[in-house]
Amino acid sequence: MSALVIDVRGLRKEFTITRKAGRLRRTRHTVAAVDGIDLRVGRGELLGYLGPNGAGKSTTLKMLTGVLMPTSGEVRVCGLVPVAQRRRLAARIGVVFGQRSQLWWDLPLRDSFELARHIWRVPAADHATRLARFRRELDLDDFLDTPVRQLSLGQRMRSELTIALLHGPEVVFLDEPTIGLDVVSKQAVRAFLTELRDRGDTTIVLTTHDLADIERLCRRLVVIDRGRVVHDGTLGALHERYGSRRRVLVELDEQLSAPIELPGVVQESSSANGRLITFSLDGSTTAGELVGRLASVAQLRDISVQEPAIEDVIARLYASSTTPPHPRRSRP
Amino acid sequence: MADLSEATRRLGIYRRLLGAQVRSHSSYRASFGLDLTANALMPLLDVAAVLAMFRVTKTLGGFNAFEVVVMFGFSATAFTLADLAVGNIERIRFYVRQGTLDAVLIRPLSVLGQLLTLDFTIRRVGRLVVALAVLGFAVSRANIVWTPGRMIMLIAGPLSGAVFFSAIFVGTATVAFWWIDSGEFANGFTYGGKDFTSYPITVYSGLFRRVFAYSLGFAFVGYYPSLALLGRADPLGLPAWVSWSSPLVALATAVVASVVWRFGVRHYRSTGS
Ligand SMILES: Nc1ncnc2c1ncn2[C@@H]1O[C@H](COP(=O)(O)OP(=O)(O)OP(=O)(O)O)[C@@H](O)[C@H]1O
Ligand SMILES: [Mg+2]
Repeated sequence: MSALVIDVRGLRKEFTITRKAGRLRRTRHTVAAVDGIDLRVGRGELLGYLGPNGAGKSTTLKMLTGVLMPTSGEVRVCGLVPVAQRRRLAARIGVVFGQRSQLWWDLPLRDSFELARHIWRVPAADHATRLARFRRELDLDDFLDTPVRQLSLGQRMRSELTIALLHGPEVVFLDEPTIGLDVVSKQAVRAFLTELRDRGDTTIVLTTHDLADIERLCRRLVVIDRGRVVHDGTLGALHERYGSRRRVLVELDEQLSAPIELPGVVQESSSANGRLITFSLDGSTTAGELVGRLASVAQLRDISVQEPAIEDVIARLYASSTTPPHPRRSRP
Repeated sequence: MADLSEATRRLGIYRRLLGAQVRSHSSYRASFGLDLTANALMPLLDVAAVLAMFRVTKTLGGFNAFEVVVMFGFSATAFTLADLAVGNIERIRFYVRQGTLDAVLIRPLSVLGQLLTLDFTIRRVGRLVVALAVLGFAVSRANIVWTPGRMIMLIAGPLSGAVFFSAIFVGTATVAFWWIDSGEFANGFTYGGKDFTSYPITVYSGLFRRVFAYSLGFAFVGYYPSLALLGRADPLGLPAWVSWSSPLVALATAVVASVVWRFGVRHYRSTGS
């Protein structure tokens, strides 16, 4: 037995699109929404699955959860083949599709949780323990008796997370769980996911367009574009690959008598008669070393360090992935 | 025994889903009584249409009025039973269109079972009651010589017909997986089939009869079970055992429908967002 919870090789999904061309004629063509994806995820990992709109994220998740039949490729989740063994797999995974609801629209929220207990056959004691925990962590108490259709988006999303996790799934797939939420709700969801991640027994696959989600939650990022993987690694590796630079801003009592010469340190700008200086660092010199050097030649008033902006890297990544970095895989 | 307790546990889950559905709709209860009555009227109007024929003729396709109403009774009971149990499957086309089947597929339950509880409505029970009454009335007036085999057929006939119609409901609803705008296609077969089976197949001719009665099997809903019950030889010349074969036909159709259904679910393509 390997510790691989998700094992995907050469996964493809084609959609046939029919378009009206003229009055009666229709043209058909196929588009590859997912175009040869390889992915391995180990137990307890939290994977950020990212990519621009239409990249194929939701389509991949639907194939991993047994909703969609792959056109080709191999998929194993918890050792099961998703579509063929859909029901067995459904018992062991949890899914939140941000755009779809798992809840019973016209019933009080509480009833949905009770139904879930029976559908997933959760022992009453386990159910009670978990529900108590989710009520606390996600602050559900105020609206447990409210019909689901009357919940706000933020309340509903917290409820969706709860129902997806009540049976203690080994893997959870979250497709944009923070979409449309306000800052406070987002933070609640994020804190909840952080807690879940740190318990270490649940594997999480998360898609999001929220950069703060990525920064706070995801240790590993898989970025796809046009159905192909264009990056697989940590956020740090992503910064390195795209040459993102940290910045150090310093305020001095007086201007420097001589420019600072350190490997990988560039003076980007200076103002207020040279008393406010911005340096950018590529990593060969640390911010500490730079500050140490400055302190030895001038009086420091203030220092601040700016981390590279994740927006910049992601934007650069999306822009540059128009030419596929991997050789085209021939069709099987 | 393990299988039995497993089966009851599963049934328990569907019963709960059904309960949730009923509670969801309890707010619309005001119209319930009205719906029930309107539903009950449907088979009455249908049988009136059949009987109207006998104002101008003594026999229809070689059968007298009571015999034809026996056929009608079989067909109506089978159809209303099937409609009550699985008729709402036709709503699958909306779920496929809107991609809402996603939520159903990620639960550890059968897709068909969930869909049936999702739209179940007890209103249609009125039709079944009326259909049963019509069947009972016709059978009591049709001079049937009762044998054990015919008594069994009185129960097995409508049940086979219900299985047959259920298979037609499910099988034709499945086209929605390939053909997003299938519209009333499925209804054409189910309601069309109900009308077809309300009359002796001897009134139809040529290719039409061959296709609907035999290729698609609709002759085995009303016509042949009635021949078995009435003890009449088939005017079309088929051997007597054919009249007793509706359970087999129903079983075969159900097998085909379940294969088609499974195949269809795998063709579900969800939606882009
Ligand atoms: N059911 C479908 N039928 C036809 N095309 C589809 C279908 N679902 C997805 N697509 C197409 O497949 C591609 C990938 O879609 P997908 O929903 O997986 O993207 P995504 O990465 O989730 O995007 P977003 O960030 O906008 O949610 C898109 O071009 C989309 O138009
Ligand atoms: Mg998506």
